[in-house]
Amino acid sequence: MYNFEVEKPTSIADAVAALSADEAQALGGGQTLIPTLKQRLASPSKLVSLSGIAEMQGMRLAAGSLCIGGATSHATVAAEATGSYPALAALAGGIGDPAVRNRGTIGGSLANNDPAACYPAAALASGAVIVTNAREIAADDFFDGLFTTVLEEGEIVTEVRLQVPEAANYQKFVQPASRFALVGVFVAKFANAVRVAVTGASEEGVFRWSEAEAALSSNFSADALEGLSVAPEGMMADIHGSKAYRAHLLGVLTKRAVAAAA
Amino acid sequence: MPKDSDQIESGIGASPKRREDVRFLTGAGNYTDDINLNGQAYVYFLRSDMAHGRIISIDTSDAAAMPGVVQIFTGADFEAVGGIPCGWQITDKHGEVMQEPAHPVLAQGKVRYVGDAIAAVVADSLDQARDAAEAIVLDIEELPAVINMKAALKEGATKVHDDLTSNLCYDWGFVEENKPAVEEAFAKAAHVTTLELVNNRLIANPMEPRVALGDFNRATGDSTLYTTSQNPHVIRLLMGAFVLGIPEHKLRVIAPDVGGGFGTKIFHYAEEAFCTFAAKALNRAVKWTSSRAEAFISDAHGRDHVTTIQLALDSDNNFTALRTDTHANMGAYLSTFAPSVPTWLHGTLMAGNYKTPLIYVNVKAVFTNTVPVDAYRGAGRPEATFQLERVIDKAARELGVDPIALRRQNFITEFPYATPVAVEYDTGDYNATMDKLEEIADLAGFAARRAKSEARGLVRGLGVNCYIEACGIAPSNLVGQLGARAGLYESATVRVNATGGLVVMTGSHSHGQGHETSFPQVIAEMIGIDESMVEIVHGDTANTPMGMGTYGSRSLAVGGSAMVRATEKIIAKAKKIAAHILEASDADIELKDGQFSIAGTDKSLAWGDVTLAAYVPHNYPLEDIEPGLEETAFYDPANFTYPSGAYACEVELDPETGKVSIERFAAADDFGNIVNPMIVDGQVHGGIGQGIGQALLEAAVYNEDGQLLSASYMDYAMPRADDLPFYQVDHSCQTPCTHNPLGVKGCGEAGAIGSPPAVVNAVVDALQSMGKDVTHVDMPLSPARVWAAMNG
Ligand SMILES: Cc1cc2nc3c(=O)[nH]c(=O)nc-3n(C[C@H](O)[C@H](O)[C@H](O)COP(=O)(O)OP(=O)(O)OC[C@H]3O[C@@H](n4cnc5c(N)ncnc54)[C@H](O)[C@@H]3O)c2cc1C
Repeated sequence: MYNFEVEKPTSIADAVAALSADEAQALGGGQTLIPTLKQRLASPSKLVSLSGIAEMQGMRLAAGSLCIGGATSHATVAAEATGSYPALAALAGGIGDPAVRNRGTIGGSLANNDPAACYPAAALASGAVIVTNAREIAADDFFDGLFTTVLEEGEIVTEVRLQVPEAANYQKFVQPASRFALVGVFVAKFANAVRVAVTGASEEGVFRWSEAEAALSSNFSADALEGLSVAPEGMMADIHGSKAYRAHLLGVLTKRAVAAAA
Repeated sequence: MPKDSDQIESGIGASPKRREDVRFLTGAGNYTDDINLNGQAYVYFLRSDMAHGRIISIDTSDAAAMPGVVQIFTGADFEAVGGIPCGWQITDKHGEVMQEPAHPVLAQGKVRYVGDAIAAVVADSLDQARDAAEAIVLDIEELPAVINMKAALKEGATKVHDDLTSNLCYDWGFVEENKPAVEEAFAKAAHVTTLELVNNRLIANPMEPRVALGDFNRATGDSTLYTTSQNPHVIRLLMGAFVLGIPEHKLRVIAPDVGGGFGTKIFHYAEEAFCTFAAKALNRAVKWTSSRAEAFISDAHGRDHVTTIQLALDSDNNFTALRTDTHANMGAYLSTFAPSVPTWLHGTLMAGNYKTPLIYVNVKAVFTNTVPVDAYRGAGRPEATFQLERVIDKAARELGVDPIALRRQNFITEFPYATPVAVEYDTGDYNATMDKLEEIADLAGFAARRAKSEARGLVRGLGVNCYIEACGIAPSNLVGQLGARAGLYESATVRVNATGGLVVMTGSHSHGQGHETSFPQVIAEMIGIDESMVEIVHGDTANTPMGMGTYGSRSLAVGGSAMVRATEKIIAKAKKIAAHILEASDADIELKDGQFSIAGTDKSLAWGDVTLAAYVPHNYPLEDIEPGLEETAFYDPANFTYPSGAYACEVELDPETGKVSIERFAAADDFGNIVNPMIVDGQVHGGIGQGIGQALLEAAVYNEDGQLLSASYMDYAMPRADDLPFYQVDHSCQTPCTHNPLGVKGCGEAGAIGSPPAVVNAVVDALQSMGKDVTHVDMPLSPARVWAAMNG
């Protein structure tokens, strides 16, 4: 780790002000950032902790959306969304281990946009709106390739508004070592449409599987997916799975998610 | 007759809770990193991020001027110092000794693997050392990396060591004289089964990373090294005599509490020599604590064999001959015991539990641009067991016979049994352990369980295998003939205090095995006193006799035997003292339940009365014996010990994803006599955990540039609790070892040796039952690999 300053503001406005300093960086739960600092792969001059900002904590239901404060921990979502959005609660409860879930935050996860992370799939499938200190961004416009989002320097995710579907399910097939998603599929059925978001698989990061969405929108059953597949080209390959394997898993998991949700 | 452990409350056969766990579980352990010396400096090793390169220059001038820097060392500072020695010399099939490259403390001339230490920065704090390391300017010309073993042996391949003739360390044939007869048997065979397989490279990952703290006393000229070692005396000898030229009486090595070793803490590492050297050079203690990331690229790795094995059978399915062709990866340098692992710890086990009359083993050991490879739990024996038990399974399938019946038919049933691969098994009963396995694994119920799995859309497979191991390493004269540059006896000093308590100073080292609990059980049984009166001291060369340490499941069989011998001397002397006081002859004195009595009388003396007399010799046979009660024994075994067993694994395979889960795992072991059944259970559980880790999850993977792709827990999959089933473990089959006083065989490695083939046999069984023509899948059986095999 290199040396840095730490600030712990109590309001979004103070956080934004603190982040305007040169080389300042937001600190959510630190579950990604702290290991990166320990490896000396980042050298911020100042960390601005978001964990003391009351207005970024907790969740509420409003206009059919579950609105989760950007600094809300995975453990909180796992425990408190069980009634309002069970598939999301289950997803949060399946991230990492208890220590990771107690610290890691939804805002940090979305801002980080790890191609194998879980929340990006939920946000995309739920047609979420990502609220920052400056604007509201549709999830469809938010993710911008591996570890990249449209967030500007110093911009913070203050709230995530996820539309609560009629039925939903997240299927995560774990990478054996990290237990991030080797492939994860989030299926959400709304009154007028079905959204299918896939994480862990594509070289471009989280994406919507539009053919599956179209098929499922007219017939929400695993049978509707028969014959549909994603081409291995464009999938990621590493020591844990080839392109072909990821493409195959994506199909299997989508069917399982539909079967579990239906 | 095995004792029924439930009825035994103390001594041999009881299961007292591990006394050391009180300090381990309450944070009161004293690990090397807990030790901090006044004014200590910290070293950070700048390690190569290139697998192979020629060092053009190392410019440390800017770095040396940075805050807190004490001194920066490079390979040049070690030119007058010895290299890291190798403890075993192999003679190849042509009678030539192996090629043995120089192994400098810090890289000289070339870097040879990602992780090779180029420079060592000593500073007042670790952060300052690390900052300065980043300011070192390196000019290294990248060379092609030598990674694939077979390519490394091709004519004209890039050489890891320019001064060697090739990348071949040795080409070992065993037993070379058998070769023509083996060939002939293959020519005559009714059936030959051939299998090619990989024994995957592993990283031990003990919970405690390695640490070294060197200290120097200016007043006495003594050096002290605190280190995370399984064998402090071996480190003292290797480092003192071969690297730094410090005689033993000026060098003390202390290995305090050690948080797991699994083999990788046997070896003498460059970091230990560096800290000891630098402490003296700087007249200041120097400490190194490995980070987890560093451990992946600097702890010796394990396994990494590529093998073709062939089994010949006659028309009655009797095994008639076996031959193997193995490439064994040595990595870039020879680690302490590396050459012995694929040879004497591997070739000698190829008979397994079977009376195959003719065996020929060929091993080519190869240098590559990877981390050095050495012993890891089981060391050579898991590699042997895996090949043998896989090829037998394949043969059974090819012949359409029951794999258990084929094994039973070929079992060795008469003991002692001299194998065609140079060892003699003293005892064993392989049918008994197989019978026990069939019972505890409920093999009869498999078909019903398979049907249940099928109803859930899953495919169940059953894998069974046997294993034999040679442990309790070893007779010194034998290993000397085989190339060991060390003796492999063990030592113990038993000191009885005036009021009757005992301290045992053992040359064995406990790094999780529970010696502090099990060793006192033996002494308590011999004397008839409470275990709490016995304390075990280990890990410090200054207060234990010269010992060889702990590995190869040797502590109780060899170290425990030394302790028994020393205690026998104590008892003999105590009887003399008792005889004198009781005015009887020595021969009439009996010791039972801590009381000395004259046979056939009611005259007796308590243990404590006699020990007091030894130190307050008022009424004492001073003309015959010296006062005091302290004895030392060195024990050199007559043979290895040969634990054996039969294991069964049941898996469920998800046919859609290739994911394998272990549903049941049973182990029936024969460890001879058992001192503490609970500790034995724990050793077997841990071993199976590591074996399942190897079979399903773990792999150290290099890409062709020599980058370690699995260099952190994000990519190196360690087994977690939920990867493992509840085990059925049994060790009631007991054929005691005939040549050590306790009749014990050793249980530390069995689980890791016996379990990988059971898992792979089970997965192949599942695939076959789906109608897939899959005869082998290489470990680890990750979902992706199993799926690829299913759809290949
Ligand atoms: C062992 C382990 C296992 C894990 N397993 C999983 C898993 O299975 N699935 C999964 O999805 N994730 C997993 N994670 C990642 C975990 O969910 C992280 O918590 C998450 O990715 C990052 O969230 P954080 O709050 O910790 O962010 P931090 O680490 O604090 O920050 C990450 C990045 O986001 C920025 N940032 C943080 N908060 C905000 C904000 N509100 N607005 C804008 N930028 C912000 C930071 O500046 C930084 O660049 C795992 C992590 C670990 C250590």
